[in-house]
Amino acid sequence: MKGTQSMHRPQRLGPRATQAAAFAALWAAAALVLLPVAAILGVMFVRGGRAISWELLSSAEDGLLPSIVGTVTLVALTAVIAAPLGIAAAVYLREYAPRGPLVRLIRLAIVNLAGVPSVVYGLFGLALFVTLLGFGRCLLAGACTLALLALPLVITASEEALRQVPERLRAASFALGATRWQTVRRIVLPNALPGIITGLILSMGRAAGETAPILFTAAFIALTKPFPSSVLDPIEALPFKLYYMATEAHGITEDAKWATASVLVGLVLTINLVAVITRARLRGARRW
Amino acid sequence: MGMSGMDSDLIVRPEGEVKIETSGLGLFYGEFQALRDVSVTIAARRITALIGPSGCSKTSFLRCLNRMNDLISGARVVGEVLLDGRDIYHEATDVAVLRKRVGMVFQTPNPFPMSIYDNVAYGPRLHGRCSRSQLDEIVEKSLRAAALWEEVKDTLRKSALDLSGGQQQRLSIARVLAVEPEVLLRDEPCSALDPTATFRIEELMIELMTRYTIVIVTHNMYQASRVSHYAGFFLLGELVEYGPTEQIFENPKDQRTDDYVRGRFG
Amino acid sequence: MNTGARRVREWLIERAIQAAGAMAIVFVLAIFAFLLRDALPVFRETTVRDLATGRTWLPTAEPPKLGLLPLLLGSLYVTIGALLISVPLGVACAAFISEVAPRWMRETLKPAVEVLATIPSVVFGFLGLLLVGPWLAELLDLDVPLFAGLGSLMLAFMAMPMIVSLSEDAIRAVPMTLRQNSLALGATQWQTIWRVVLPAGRSGIIAAVLLGMGRAIGETMTVLMVTGNAAVIPLGLPGFLRPVRTMTATIAAEMGETAYNTPHYHALFAIGLLLFIITFAANTIADVVVRRSGRTTR
Repeated sequence: MKGTQSMHRPQRLGPRATQAAAFAALWAAAALVLLPVAAILGVMFVRGGRAISWELLSSAEDGLLPSIVGTVTLVALTAVIAAPLGIAAAVYLREYAPRGPLVRLIRLAIVNLAGVPSVVYGLFGLALFVTLLGFGRCLLAGACTLALLALPLVITASEEALRQVPERLRAASFALGATRWQTVRRIVLPNALPGIITGLILSMGRAAGETAPILFTAAFIALTKPFPSSVLDPIEALPFKLYYMATEAHGITEDAKWATASVLVGLVLTINLVAVITRARLRGARRW
Repeated sequence: MGMSGMDSDLIVRPEGEVKIETSGLGLFYGEFQALRDVSVTIAARRITALIGPSGCSKTSFLRCLNRMNDLISGARVVGEVLLDGRDIYHEATDVAVLRKRVGMVFQTPNPFPMSIYDNVAYGPRLHGRCSRSQLDEIVEKSLRAAALWEEVKDTLRKSALDLSGGQQQRLSIARVLAVEPEVLLRDEPCSALDPTATFRIEELMIELMTRYTIVIVTHNMYQASRVSHYAGFFLLGELVEYGPTEQIFENPKDQRTDDYVRGRFG
Repeated sequence: MNTGARRVREWLIERAIQAAGAMAIVFVLAIFAFLLRDALPVFRETTVRDLATGRTWLPTAEPPKLGLLPLLLGSLYVTIGALLISVPLGVACAAFISEVAPRWMRETLKPAVEVLATIPSVVFGFLGLLLVGPWLAELLDLDVPLFAGLGSLMLAFMAMPMIVSLSEDAIRAVPMTLRQNSLALGATQWQTIWRVVLPAGRSGIIAAVLLGMGRAIGETMTVLMVTGNAAVIPLGLPGFLRPVRTMTATIAAEMGETAYNTPHYHALFAIGLLLFIITFAANTIADVVVRRSGRTTR
């Protein structure tokens, strides 16, 4: 091109160079958010993977089995408590609640529940379930505390799933003379189920990794009775075990620590993976 | 489909200085061809109106002139668009500079969520360092040119979102004028603004015409016939007829143009 | 048909659903009430003024010294440090995902960030303790591989997914037409992001930062494991390189060994109450900011 004034003026290099620099910085930021964590998790899995043995996983005396069983039981009981409450609350908010100050207040409460520090849940669990209700430090007290922590997650996910159900399905049901509850039970809930279950499993993934809420409500180390036989028995739990091994224990090999950390992250990731697969499966079966 | 613009006497070349010239301009959105073979010459410092039924790609054509179609993924342009004789689709073109020269006012006014002052100062701040007093001057000049100054001069620091629809429309114009474009592309809203607002904007167009080349896409026949010097009729992605406004509205050569301007369809 | 019985049943079910709906409010109030109940007796031993300004935390001494200042400042140090790292990085990452990243990358980055959010905090603590801490201590030539800045760093990466994903939502919610108008005025893409998109998404981003702050200040296991837990008042910039003790870590470390209904026990509940109030304020303000922004962008 000959005359290159105006349209291709050299001083336009200013904003262009700025843009190039800024975009480079954005790329770098994205890399910095992910790569360091990916790297240290990679180190953990490599070291942990080398150290994991069947012996370590399955031994009830100095292996991880009691912790794994404890965490799985704890999370299952948590789900049993949190699911009905959370789903019912979501149904209320989405299907029943009139718009107004009450709903506004409920939503604010949910946001705040989600933001309460996990150790404060621990204190609450200690004061209410362990002491006042007299459960003692046990499976049930821990599950109640974790259920409370998971509740806002379950409500939010369920509400989102209910929102996905097309309005025309409800309208069609009402048009056939169904009551609101009949519509909810026969039309809305079945159609929202994949989303609800996925949300529930994801919340349990979060609960499985929590340590602070069970510190004073459920978890022990090296119990003489490693597996609980009732909900009022104390339990061992994987995150608490990892904390203990990393900070307080003596005479534990580095290998065992890395292996424990890998098992915990592996468990949490597996739970999340199950959620994703469930969603895909149930979605595939749905036609609307 | 036969009728190519170039050899047809339906496409008249305006007299006098030329600002924009397209030849064989075509636009594809993926497989869909939105514009075919548009060859037209747009006169400098005149108002050119583009008319046609909804969905006839007038707006797409307008967006070719400042390369806003670049932002739509899958959009592809063929042919040439010359601005002062230089191809704007040449790879050396700085699109930002092009868009500064060829300003565009959109259908719906979109004030940025900032003060009135900052909205107008936005462009000048982008394109170079200005002193405070220079900026003040540009803002006042642009708002005056957009016939908005008297209404907002005491509330420049208030949010632009508080303006009325008509005021927001004029703010959008002031915002464009502040970057001192050479060409002004205006995409008229389909739904009528309130009549007073429309009238003020029309007056504004005529005033601005002495300095800018203006291309408007409009659905208002009356407005097109009144304010423009040249008019083009688009139908289904093709430029059917183009020439002096009186000719297009009073003595069109093509039957389809005739039907449209007489209100038989569209 | 037995419609009467059905009607009664439905009425009961609907009341139950309604009760569940209001449950969230009940729980928030219950948490507050129980914290208050077990925190208030601490004022038999001390005053608000002494709690807030006391420079020594020696709860098992006789008489107990219950100064929260070192713990408050410890939390403040770790949290501010975490925000200094996570806010610029997180918002930049959000802008990258929403505005700059090629499509395939966007679709990889979002799930990757979500996976990051699922890593338990005890694991971050573990990795800080065994891997990052020793490595940084060697790099910076520190005597103790447990320090406030390490807590900030680990917390920053934990708060990041929340900041990234909420900011990204806010940025994406900025209307496309604003971007087009800016580009049509001859702005480059970066100028558009910097001068229009980020300011327009401002309130959502501020909310994300507030929620990230709430998360950071309430985070327990990570700071407990990596900040060294020395209840000393941090001073100046070097304070970031020395051990500190946060409010959350104090509760977690000491509640297990505290006798019921002792001044120490009540003091720990008082810390819990303070944490609850701080996070409640952060979350409520964030919620209000988000709602207000929802009104103005429309």
